Amino acid sequence: MYPLVESVHVLTLCVFVGMASILDLRLLGWTLRGVPVSELTDRLMPWMKAGFVVMVVSGVLLFYAIPVRSYQNIFFRVKVIMLILAGLNAFVFHATIHKSVLEWDFAVKPPPAARRAGALSLALWICIIIAGRMIAYNWFDCDKQPQPAVINAAAGCVIAQK
Amino acid sequence: MLLPFFKACEASVIGETIRGSFWLFPAIEAVHLIALSIIGGAVLLVDLQLLGFGLQDQPIRNIARNAQPWLIGSLLMMITTGLLLFFAESVKCYYSDAFWFKMSSLALAILFAFTVRRWVTLADEARVGPVWSKVTGLVSLALWFGVGAGGRWIGFS
Repeated sequence: MYPLVESVHVLTLCVFVGMASILDLRLLGWTLRGVPVSELTDRLMPWMKAGFVVMVVSGVLLFYAIPVRSYQNIFFRVKVIMLILAGLNAFVFHATIHKSVLEWDFAVKPPPAARRAGALSLALWICIIIAGRMIAYNWFDCDKQPQPAVINAAAGCVIAQK
Repeated sequence: MLLPFFKACEASVIGETIRGSFWLFPAIEAVHLIALSIIGGAVLLVDLQLLGFGLQDQPIRNIARNAQPWLIGSLLMMITTGLLLFFAESVKCYYSDAFWFKMSSLALAILFAFTVRRWVTLADEARVGPVWSKVTGLVSLALWFGVGAGGRWIGFS
């Protein structure tokens, strides 16, 4: 069961991060320059939403299978923080510069705020994928002592006093 | 017959180095996954368009031309990182059904992408009926899905 859920989680990367990066690359002016940005956001959004739901559901299931280990995994913590940042970035983009999208819809190079949002989104998702992959490795797990104090603190390890 | 070759790959300097390293294999895996996202986006954008779920106001030719450099770039990244991962555990791959399934799907997917799918997407839209567009999109999706699923399964076998 676990491998199946994990496969779904990984392959949905294609749908969600794949579609999101197309939009990010367009915001940077690196692809689909002739296509209006609003058309991309309108048409890709349903796929991104569907992919996101599958990602979150499968991700929560993976977490639920091994909650304690995940919670005390340093990569898991890094990933959650970056997911929140990615969400904030998307929210800020839609709440600000995307409101005036019709004014720069056909711009080969969108305004700086939009380019920044695209670049930040790409960078965050790259880091999220790396962190996500690393959750599987137990280098910094709490049962692997001794670890440097900073790692123990970051992973929330409870160290028994002797 | 191929086993000695696979053994030689595993015993090579590249294989030894990656296996001997604490972080190289995970790092290469992570790059492989990042490239997966990009290739997924580049493939889906065009295939969904062929199926009629894409950017409807745009000609397919335009979408396919724009996606092409990203498809080729990410494919090269996939193959490079994939080869490195293969060198680290060639003999395991040799005995893995998932590996052979993935390689067969990959060969077919690449062949299809640069022949039929290329002709269909670059041809005059009036000359390719909607049914053939849809068939092309579906075949492409099925082949690439086989590559992805087979790849994920190598790790479990």
